[in-house]
Amino acid sequence: MPTPPGAAPAFPDAAERSTRDTTLRNNLRRATHTIRAKRAAAVAELADWGELRAAGAAIKDHTLRHLDHYLEQVEAAVTAAGGQVHWAVDAAEANAIVTRLVRETGEREVVKVKSMATQEIGLNEALAAAGITAYETDLAELIVQLGHDLPSHILVPAIHRNRAEIRDIFRTQMGRWGRPAPAGLTDEPAELAEAARLHLREKFLSAKVAVSGANFIVAETGTLVVVESEGNGRMCLTLPETLISVVGIEKVIPSWRDLEVFLQLLPRSSTAERMNPYTSMWTGTTDGDGPAAFHLVLLDNGRTDALADQVGRQALRCIRCSACLNVCPVYERAGGHAYGSAYPGPIGAILTPQLRGTVSALDASLPYASSLCGACYEVCPVAIDIPEVLVRLRERVVEGGPVTVRGTRAVIRPARGHAAERAAMRAARWAFEHPRALRAGQRLASRTRALHPRHLPGPGRAWTRGRDLPEVPAESFRDWWQRTRGERGTA
Amino acid sequence: MSSRERVLGRVRRALADVREEHPDTGATGGAAHTDGGPARDGVARDYLRVHGERTAAERVELLATHLADYRARVHRTDPAGLPDTVAALLAARGARRVVVPEGLPADWLSASAATPVPDTPALSARDLDAVDSVVTGCAVAIAETGTLVLDAGPGQGRRQLTLVPDHHVCVVHVPGQVVDSLPQALERLVPHRPLTWISGPSATSDIELSRVEGVHGPRALDVVLVTTDAPSTASSSPR
Ligand code: SF4
Repeated sequence: MPTPPGAAPAFPDAAERSTRDTTLRNNLRRATHTIRAKRAAAVAELADWGELRAAGAAIKDHTLRHLDHYLEQVEAAVTAAGGQVHWAVDAAEANAIVTRLVRETGEREVVKVKSMATQEIGLNEALAAAGITAYETDLAELIVQLGHDLPSHILVPAIHRNRAEIRDIFRTQMGRWGRPAPAGLTDEPAELAEAARLHLREKFLSAKVAVSGANFIVAETGTLVVVESEGNGRMCLTLPETLISVVGIEKVIPSWRDLEVFLQLLPRSSTAERMNPYTSMWTGTTDGDGPAAFHLVLLDNGRTDALADQVGRQALRCIRCSACLNVCPVYERAGGHAYGSAYPGPIGAILTPQLRGTVSALDASLPYASSLCGACYEVCPVAIDIPEVLVRLRERVVEGGPVTVRGTRAVIRPARGHAAERAAMRAARWAFEHPRALRAGQRLASRTRALHPRHLPGPGRAWTRGRDLPEVPAESFRDWWQRTRGERGTA
Repeated sequence: MSSRERVLGRVRRALADVREEHPDTGATGGAAHTDGGPARDGVARDYLRVHGERTAAERVELLATHLADYRARVHRTDPAGLPDTVAALLAARGARRVVVPEGLPADWLSASAATPVPDTPALSARDLDAVDSVVTGCAVAIAETGTLVLDAGPGQGRRQLTLVPDHHVCVVHVPGQVVDSLPQALERLVPHRPLTWISGPSATSDIELSRVEGVHGPRALDVVLVTTDAPSTASSSPR
């Protein structure tokens, strides 16, 4: 179950626990280093990576600057193609819409494609409360769900589990959800995958309703795009009679042609492949092929609040490739769970506090869960300057200032002396006390500083006009620590 | 106020600074409309259309290499040899029943001993689950990424057909159906058709990053490159 933000431990507490877990740390280190090396090779294959990256950032910025226009265009195009569009201001409304749509089909079960948006809103729990069972069908999400666990990585959510643990989970839990694991199941990955195939195929063949997210929505055509590897996405998107897609409003891109940029950036940045095994694209409904009913739920849930922040809004460019997780020295040690939301790692550290605000101790501590080394910016395929946003959010936590909360302008007060500030300071100390993480960060920073532009190139110029981007580690972490600790005392 | 109006209202308020930058931007969000949308704030498309120059033959070679990289099995023949090639691939899998999409040229399966199961709307996913293989054509293939794109045109069928059976034989006419790059492929495709892009068989790396083929989609993908003299047109017309 996603922990409600108010009750979740702040980053340093959660990180403290996870750093003691050696299985987790070893699994994570191996995974992040492997993916990172492969990714670098896949990116190096494209001589125009820099241009693609700049185009990706520019297209996303353009879309965000005219988001109202493109959302209306999405609505018109999807409706014209036979789909129905619903708008959800927040998680509760999105959950209520999906619950109602499932109820209207008369079904009590849905199959799900891995989707961060539905994790963010806690859809599975909301459906369960309404007596509807949601089955995760991505192998990793299945492992997480059967293990009563939470995802810890965007791309490989069950990376904190090793094969023996997965075998045990399958043996003890599969039977409770459907077809039991085959007798004598070993911990061979191929056997485990086969067990999942058999278990899930029964669900696919009988499912009448599916819930998905989407990687992109093309405004001019109303086309939704889902990028995946296993084929569980294709199963969910084509076999059931009703398909409900819950998609954040920032997933829109203007034109069909824009896919040529993102379909080159995403697979290489994410799984380090030239192209992921399966990509599905559908526009409304097609007679005799796929679901007869298609619903698109457009989700705000704090995105417009992030959009209102001139520095922070760039986080909405994110295409969820997870490259920033794999290079982050803090993520590598703390693990995904410490971030307390569907979005772990560097992107989580800037997205979550913007979507939820910085009021809770957890959310206030997240902007400090970083060494400001800049490695995340360097790998980001849409050039999100994560360190810049982190600095902005730290300012907000410590100094307060104008923000938009649930669509309303407000001025938040400095968190001085408050539990949130204490948590933030302890997060800073946590990073400080893990010298290996810090050193790795600083080494990278000095190597890559020349890559950080003072202004965004091209179309980003207007976006950043009148503001200089900060020199990335504006002050070194140690200096910052000394200064803030000296000034404000410690927790 | 409806949720639609609330979300759009929030978006507009959030973008007040952008509106100030562009005083010509109306409250409806339409900036300088030229083609019915906001002017593209200078999105530079100075990335490459194609990565490298190739002859038609080199393009096909690259496609074959990249398909094989992701563990598709690549075979070559000419139109006269196609029926025997398909028959051999089906026999090698021990396929007894083969689903046949509408519009598949009859001679492709003419040498196979497997029982053809013509696709009809009545054929359910469970029925397809009892079929061993599927044979299809494709709309376009992308050399640089090793990708086959199916657009539900003649000989390709519904999306389910290439998903539920465990074995997919895909026939690509070369060089006519092969493009170099992803941008070129998008130009040939029609967005309103349901599209499936396939790069190698189904795969997962979720268990300790070990790659396992065939979690849910077909575990085996055979690609037959059929050399035709005249470039055949893709089944979907260019936009
Ligand atoms: S912030 Fe950038 S690198 Fe991180 S997940 Fe998003 S797109 Fe990928």
